[in-house]
Amino acid sequence: MATATAPPVVVERLPGGRSLTPLSWDGVMPILMIAPSVILIAVFVYGFIGRTAFTSLTAWRGVVPDYTFVGLRNYERLFQTEKFQADIVNTIHFTAFFLAGCLILGLGAAVLLDQKLRGSILFQNIFMFPLAISFIVTGTVWRWIFNPNYGLNVLFHNLHLDFLQSGWLTSPNTALNSLTIAAVWQMSGFCMAMFLAGLRGIPEELREAARVDGASEFQAFRYVVFPLLRPITLSAVIILGHISLKIFDLVFVMTFGGPGYSTDMPGLNMFITTFRQDLFARGAAIATVLLLMVALLIVPYLVWTLRGETER
Amino acid sequence: MGNERWSRRQFVSRAGKTVGGVVLGLSFADFLAACGASNAPAAGGGKLEIFSWWTAGGEADGLAEMFKIYKKNYAGVEIVNATVAGGAGTNAKAVLKTRMEGGKPPDSFQVHAGQELISTWVKAGKMEPITDVWKSENWDKTIPKDLKDIVSSNGDVWSVPVNVHRGNALWYNKKLLDDNSITPPTTMDEFLSALGKLKSKVPAPLALGSQGNWQVQMLLENNILAAGGPDFYKQVFSGKASFTDANVKQALAWIKSMLSYVNSDHPTLGWDDADKRLINGTSAFNIMGDWAKGYFTAANWVPNKDFGAAPSPGTTGKYVIVCDTFGLPKGAPNRANAINWIKVCGSQEGQAAFNPKKGSIPARTDVPASIFDPIAQQFIAEFKTDALVPSSAHGSATPDAFASGVNDEMGQFVINKDVNKTASNLQKLSDEFLK
Repeated sequence: MATATAPPVVVERLPGGRSLTPLSWDGVMPILMIAPSVILIAVFVYGFIGRTAFTSLTAWRGVVPDYTFVGLRNYERLFQTEKFQADIVNTIHFTAFFLAGCLILGLGAAVLLDQKLRGSILFQNIFMFPLAISFIVTGTVWRWIFNPNYGLNVLFHNLHLDFLQSGWLTSPNTALNSLTIAAVWQMSGFCMAMFLAGLRGIPEELREAARVDGASEFQAFRYVVFPLLRPITLSAVIILGHISLKIFDLVFVMTFGGPGYSTDMPGLNMFITTFRQDLFARGAAIATVLLLMVALLIVPYLVWTLRGETER
Repeated sequence: MGNERWSRRQFVSRAGKTVGGVVLGLSFADFLAACGASNAPAAGGGKLEIFSWWTAGGEADGLAEMFKIYKKNYAGVEIVNATVAGGAGTNAKAVLKTRMEGGKPPDSFQVHAGQELISTWVKAGKMEPITDVWKSENWDKTIPKDLKDIVSSNGDVWSVPVNVHRGNALWYNKKLLDDNSITPPTTMDEFLSALGKLKSKVPAPLALGSQGNWQVQMLLENNILAAGGPDFYKQVFSGKASFTDANVKQALAWIKSMLSYVNSDHPTLGWDDADKRLINGTSAFNIMGDWAKGYFTAANWVPNKDFGAAPSPGTTGKYVIVCDTFGLPKGAPNRANAINWIKVCGSQEGQAAFNPKKGSIPARTDVPASIFDPIAQQFIAEFKTDALVPSSAHGSATPDAFASGVNDEMGQFVINKDVNKTASNLQKLSDEFLK
């Protein structure tokens, strides 16, 4: 049928009698092709972001929606709660140590593997495997490892390294760092993969040239290789950064935010506030704050890459 | 309507509503609602959909017993057992909320008596009163008034209690107590001195599993009951008395004293891990609801031989109730069947079949005690004469928003042990959510 009829030709006349060039089928087709995804994203991503932001400005509490406009009251209350203040501090602490841990371990492993020693492929895979596991599984396993009665503490005791024993997840002073260890274990393999790809992408000639100019191996790395890894590092920071800001599943399984508020995170707080406490408006406010935090990280990166592309 | 197949037009309109629900939806919750709606059975005739979180063990067995009775009395009705697994019903409650908001209620659903029923569902106008059923079944004669009050508001009754769990129970390892010639304590002073006596004998005399903090919240409510009595308890949990009162501070101070006798790994332990310490003999006492009994008996511990139970210290003559009920949502697809279900839930036969399996005691006072284990018999006798108060930790005395906030606050208290600060923070929650 479609082949028998002529392609639809749209001719629009603007006031003033000037006619537009008729749109060709080739011009319409791409628009039709991307329209479904544009519409879906517009509704399900941006529409819902808008809806959430709107909900955060209402008085909705309980199972029946209440769209009375209350301005920024929910935000005001939210920032006054001890729990959310703790969330912010915890997120920053966790993100900083998580990023540092992943980048240092990832880079270290990548440099070692890049030496192309025998068996490096094997290690490359071993380091990558944790990435294939979900945070739920990682969290469960590490919760057992950190259990004071049969985990690491027992191992240290048997090795006569009792001074290494710790309260791990049971003490408010160590819980967040224990959580960070589990997260780093999971994601540093990903960092390694990215750095390894970056290292392999740097032509050997550049290092050769540095060596010819009399640079030591360390200097060649420090002044030639390292600066060239900058874009990779930035990508890794962005990807890991938004994972760590939105972290939920690992905390849910390992500590549920405890002891006290010591490992509570905005994502978990949002879930509990919304679905346990039925404070839908306040939950939406947490979601909005979370979005702004991630935007703070992502937007400069997008601007930076976009500028890079237009300059090219 | 009935069982006829959907016409194309109906299908399109329903599908449209479902999609519309998603598009206009407010959150992921609505998406769940839409999914729930499409799974819901078609309205009409011989069906009855019962929604609960009784998915495993004795709870599921008890529910199956009640289904048997229903099928015997109302042959030809197909029962749809809509259960959602997950600790203490938190997942089920989320699914239920989305179904109710999506206008697809089950025929009847499990709900804790008290605020979880009244402030969540009745105030939202989602329930139908069952006052007439209550009258025609003459439940005033067999179900205590204190219990009726908890499921009533504005002169109407909104659901029927099936069972009663006890929140204020003290469990002990009988051998450890006998060996150290300690009699089960009844007052807080006796309890604390017993703990002191045991401190050098067992690693941690009092077992605590505080993962999720609600166990500490139970200590709080039990201790408030011990310090202030039932009237003060009811006032403070309805916002009429202040949490900065001396009684609450006394309750907190007692928790603080107890905390010096507990196992240090408690933040990572659940309530069952704590009870395991009693079985292992590494702790002598645990304060927990009577579902702990099921854990002990599953480990082949014999009631009153290996372990014993008493009201939590200072609460003799008082009973903290955690009570499951079934109500009638507005727009239940099979209303007549649902009303028959509610009658089964409130019947002597139904409660006698359900409760021994569930490990709770019946809400009715005329179920023969002889079919229960000795500890349940002891609790049944006390239930008849004790002052009954609803549990706040389990959503009966206070709305979820408050209970959840207290939960967090108790998590903080375990760390900072600051009585005055915690009391004033609790009062802030009371100001926000109980007024």
